[in-house]
Amino acid sequence: MEKFIQQLINGLHVGSIYALIALGYTMVYGIIQLINFAHGDILMIGAFSAYFLIGSGIPIWLVIIISVLLCVLVGVIIEKFAYKPLREAPRISALITAIAVSLFLENLFMVLFKPDPRPFPQTWDIPSLNIGGLQIEGITIVTIVISVILMIALEIFVNKTKNGKAMKATSQDAQASTLMGININKTISVTFAIGSGLAAVGGILYSMAYPLIDPYMGMMPGLKAFVAAVLGGIGIIPGAMLGGVVMGIAESMTKSYISSQLSDAVVFGILIIVLLVKPSGIFGKNTREKV
Amino acid sequence: MTNNKKRYVLNLAAVILLFVVFKLLMGSGIIDSYYEGILILVGINIILATSLNMTTGFLGELTLGHAGFMAVGAYASAIFTMNTNMQISDTLILLISLLIGGIIAGICGFVVGVPALRLRGDYLGIITLGFGEIIRVILVNLDITGGALGLRGIMPYSNFTNIYWIMAIIVMIIFSLMNSRHGRSIISIRENEIASEAVGINTSFYKIFTFVLSAFFAGIAGGLFAHYMMVLDPKKFNFMFSIEILVMVVLGGMGSITGSIIAAIILTFLPELLRGLSDYRLLIYALLLLVMMLFRPKGLLGTKEFSLFGRRSKEDVKTSGLGGEE
Repeated sequence: MEKFIQQLINGLHVGSIYALIALGYTMVYGIIQLINFAHGDILMIGAFSAYFLIGSGIPIWLVIIISVLLCVLVGVIIEKFAYKPLREAPRISALITAIAVSLFLENLFMVLFKPDPRPFPQTWDIPSLNIGGLQIEGITIVTIVISVILMIALEIFVNKTKNGKAMKATSQDAQASTLMGININKTISVTFAIGSGLAAVGGILYSMAYPLIDPYMGMMPGLKAFVAAVLGGIGIIPGAMLGGVVMGIAESMTKSYISSQLSDAVVFGILIIVLLVKPSGIFGKNTREKV
Repeated sequence: MTNNKKRYVLNLAAVILLFVVFKLLMGSGIIDSYYEGILILVGINIILATSLNMTTGFLGELTLGHAGFMAVGAYASAIFTMNTNMQISDTLILLISLLIGGIIAGICGFVVGVPALRLRGDYLGIITLGFGEIIRVILVNLDITGGALGLRGIMPYSNFTNIYWIMAIIVMIIFSLMNSRHGRSIISIRENEIASEAVGINTSFYKIFTFVLSAFFAGIAGGLFAHYMMVLDPKKFNFMFSIEILVMVVLGGMGSITGSIIAAIILTFLPELLRGLSDYRLLIYALLLLVMMLFRPKGLLGTKEFSLFGRRSKEDVKTSGLGGEE
């Protein structure tokens, strides 16, 4: 039982990171129906910038803020230069462009910083918590708390602010939103900015959990976060949160009870089963097809 | 009809001529073994790209796990040739193993495709992506596939000659299928699924048929690949490899078989030509891809086909098309 709870907490730890990354995928997909493959690399940029900033002795809170701002900038620039010209093009062309951006960022970082993995500095010393034999590491608590705060903030932003409501409206019907006076271009930029900022935080937390960073580190968590977004119902924000947590728990349970090598297969297996049973994801709504 | 026949004869002559030219160049040493190796990979990539074009280009369903089907075919045929002791010629053993690899890949395609094709939009892509990853994990964990070390000691049955002809036959099959009544049914599903169902096309049959056939050809390409490389590494068949094949299809133009062929040739040679730039190689590749997509989002040829003998006249399309059944 203790082992089970321990794994559950580990799952929540990884899962909340996946959820943070998945939010970016789901918001972008909801608004422009694009699987943004470059999202995982934004995470990598966040991790790298944090690595260098910590190295130069800046306090951790400032490191996080600067990394987030940098990723927001990168995300918005990518949208402006790579995705915006293709908004009317076939969707698969936009998808290939996203993959090209991802390859570009990965190889740019490889040329700049060499492919060798670097150890991520453990600067944040938080005492671990002991509850009756259970040991919860400090970083686990911090990760979960930060993720929950960010998710609540996002929920409030989307439902209560003008920009957030514009995002919701655009994802439901872009054309009608334009007629209502919503600036679509600005709304899409805001979406990318928020998604990239969350990915930066996710990237830093991920590197604290698995302290080795390299230019390709964004691929696997990116892919899993995307699966999490689909699992919860793509385009639905609470779905991405739930999907991320489900993925994280499934992964840590498989690792400890079945086999650590099979965890990826189990994660994707869950995705396939969920899609077959409920194609639109856990929180998804069925849309009726019209001619 | 005669015009159409003439076209087939001319194309066949061109294929034979090209083969003879390649053979002569190899014999005289102008194409050395390094470039011969690249040509072999070009052939395998052409099979992969044209077969993926069937589902992604003609049927219009996104597939992100083509490398998974290729892996199934590669391992199945390699395991067959390693464990058989039939006393027949190498080519025959290769052909049987390719057939086995293709059929097993096709069965996997059926198992994945039947449930997945009921879903719409990007979901087939996501499910095939999941499938590709699962296949890779399974290959790493099974004993018969050699685990993470990979499968070693596969017989070198593939060579330029048999890869060239198998490629030519597969391209011919795909080409004539897509120009037949069945091909037009498949294209009609891409254009408007509801409308094509309404005019009486069995859309689920054609979807599964195309998907399974595409997986079958990917399995054959995998078998050829296995018997050329002689070593199979499960890491090779990862998500990025599926993407590379997809890039060939999109760059060449979705729904254009000749486009896929041209893109497969360019994209197999490009990294080799850029090899002198070492670290910057993949960076330039990504940049070229990005520029290409921004300026020609429909790919090199769009849905058009490149032909040596000019464009098909209207009369021609009519005879080979609607009247093609008498």
